[in-house]
Amino acid sequence: MKKFAILALALALIASSAFAQTTIEFWHAMAGKNDEMVRSIADKFNASQKDYKVVPVFKGSYSECMNAGIAAFRANAAPAIIQVYEVGTATMMAAKGAVKPVYQLMAENSEKFDPKAYIPTITGYYSTSKGEMLSMPFNSSTAVMYYSKEAFKKAGLDPEKAPATWPEFFEAAKKIKAAGYEGGFTTDWISWIQLENFSAWHNVPFGTRNNGFDGLDTQLVFNSPLVIRHLQNIYDQSKNKVFIYGGREGKAQPLFQTGQVGMCFASIGSYGNMKATCKFDFGVAMLPYYPDVPNAPQNSIIGGASLWVFQGKSKAEYKAVAEFFSFLSTPEIQSYWHTNTGYLPITTAAYEYTKAQGFYKTNPGPEVAIQQLLKKAPTGNSMGIRFGNFNIIREIEDQVWEDILAGKISVKDGVNKMVQDGNKTLRDFERLNK
Amino acid sequence: MAKQYEFPSKGLPYLLVLPQMVIVFLFFFWPSAQAIWQSFFLQDPFGGRTIFVGFENYTKLFKDPDDWASFSVSVAFAVSVTLSAMVIACFLAVQANKRIRFQSFYKTMMIWPYAVATLVAGVLWLFMFNPNVGVIAWFLKARLGIEWNHLLNFNHAFILITASAAWKQISYNFVFFLAGLQSVPDQLVEAAAIDGASPTKRFWKIIFPMLSPTTFYLLIMNLVYGFFETFPVVHQVTAGGPGKSTHILVYKAWRDGVINLDLGGSSAQSVVLMILVIALTVFQFRFIERKVTY
Repeated sequence: MKKFAILALALALIASSAFAQTTIEFWHAMAGKNDEMVRSIADKFNASQKDYKVVPVFKGSYSECMNAGIAAFRANAAPAIIQVYEVGTATMMAAKGAVKPVYQLMAENSEKFDPKAYIPTITGYYSTSKGEMLSMPFNSSTAVMYYSKEAFKKAGLDPEKAPATWPEFFEAAKKIKAAGYEGGFTTDWISWIQLENFSAWHNVPFGTRNNGFDGLDTQLVFNSPLVIRHLQNIYDQSKNKVFIYGGREGKAQPLFQTGQVGMCFASIGSYGNMKATCKFDFGVAMLPYYPDVPNAPQNSIIGGASLWVFQGKSKAEYKAVAEFFSFLSTPEIQSYWHTNTGYLPITTAAYEYTKAQGFYKTNPGPEVAIQQLLKKAPTGNSMGIRFGNFNIIREIEDQVWEDILAGKISVKDGVNKMVQDGNKTLRDFERLNK
Repeated sequence: MAKQYEFPSKGLPYLLVLPQMVIVFLFFFWPSAQAIWQSFFLQDPFGGRTIFVGFENYTKLFKDPDDWASFSVSVAFAVSVTLSAMVIACFLAVQANKRIRFQSFYKTMMIWPYAVATLVAGVLWLFMFNPNVGVIAWFLKARLGIEWNHLLNFNHAFILITASAAWKQISYNFVFFLAGLQSVPDQLVEAAAIDGASPTKRFWKIIFPMLSPTTFYLLIMNLVYGFFETFPVVHQVTAGGPGKSTHILVYKAWRDGVINLDLGGSSAQSVVLMILVIALTVFQFRFIERKVTY
């Protein structure tokens, strides 16, 4: 009997020590250096207190991570926190029974939480039209222009002054090509940069209903003369090799890094990568605009991912998530993340903090991106994009853009096709989620 | 004829095949049944809402010109991969079967690529042909004046995925052809040579017919490979582009289901694909096998 008593006591001890700490899983899609940073932040959080433990789990690419989360949810084995890329936002929002809105979570756990402390263009992307934040912004970036100062010098351009407007930009690109470069410029992410950000930056609608923020009955409307003119300009430059196509998503930037072109549009999230690979001095500038468009430039929009919380967790687990989110939002942690990864800080306090540390004196690039996001107070056209099946829409745009460049379809017909086919997928989503 | 072995008890043989049957059931029948079931629904990915739509996913499939394009490019791709991999492998095997120096070294080198994963093979080829930094792309441009651009040129993209997919399969075919060639009796070939048959004639009249069981087996394996196992190559090398021109069926089904979360549409595609494989195999065993001399 005595033996049993000791055993019971031992068990009770184990149990109580296990219950004292709540462990939550955090599934993410950050690879390489960013993965290390995620683990380092979790370690810092775990060391900062004793009650909760966050365990980050790398789940592959963005889409693999999201799929793993969906499958886990269906099998009742979902993690507490999952990182979902921006194109998955509408899908997550529509999954009402599956996610717990962050604003609710923070209120229930009486965490100090002021959505106004965050940079509006960043939180806006993940909030309802009433301003309720549904997910926690995590890694945010925006599109900027990288230019080689070396190329500018060779082409007789001022290396400290990047072209501000598109007409100036195309002139500069032609000069760079004439100076012996393979081409003038290239661009990553044709859909995100040259369509979505382009529309926001010129304060023109990408879709109706405030780019989908106000309802699932949104329609794509970017087949406007302005967008057609812009893509036509790029297409024309592709004919004389001033523009070189480098592939979908982030596949074009090697053209810039290897010095084949002098200018490149890419995410500010690539800043670290650019610094590591470019053997020449480069600058970061804001996106160009067309000067004849009233109110341009407006502000650019973000890309990246946010953290979603699944339904069906215990009170203690939600408390742990809330604590972790508060920890994540502190200026120190935000600045740590920002300066090490290139992703943007999500609060204005973190921006000021980083500035006070003198980081931007040696790294002016990321500040350009922040200023671009804060250029003006966001409008319905520049708050963000919220479409169901957004992934498919981007894919359609990528495919049609390749057909345009290959000369299979005219720019005008191509843009109209993007809109038509995109609208079909929007209707599919509406039908399933109304 | 060897005597057939009989099991002493009736239960034992069933017990022995049971693990195999369980695996087949779990990894083939169960998912197939699920795919058939799901193909009749529209479903939100979280499983919250499911709408029964009958055959809509299928009619959509057959009405969509993209799906037909995907079908024809898949056929063209599988046939090109099969033909090129088999012809080259057969040629190399015939060469390796001759009495040459460093024969075993040569054979080992030939088999090596098979150890490379399909995905990695894709990456290797992609790297060599990368229009911006690839060695071969640079060579084509600098020496031959060919502007290689598989990102926008369909022919280039098609050649590239065919080459990467076939390259790996050549090793596999090589092993089988070589084994087949070594079982061709020397005296037959010698007798023909003495009778004055030219090397070409000897090959086509004696060696090739004797290789036909191997060729038949490889034909099936290569077609199946071309249709269904080349996903990593397409995924890595072209991602379906330029435009949608290299969207082969398996790639499209994966893309629609896993990336675009259209479970119903993707399931319908899988079901069609499954019927296609069954038809292909039945056809091959019914009609082609009859012409094979064992």
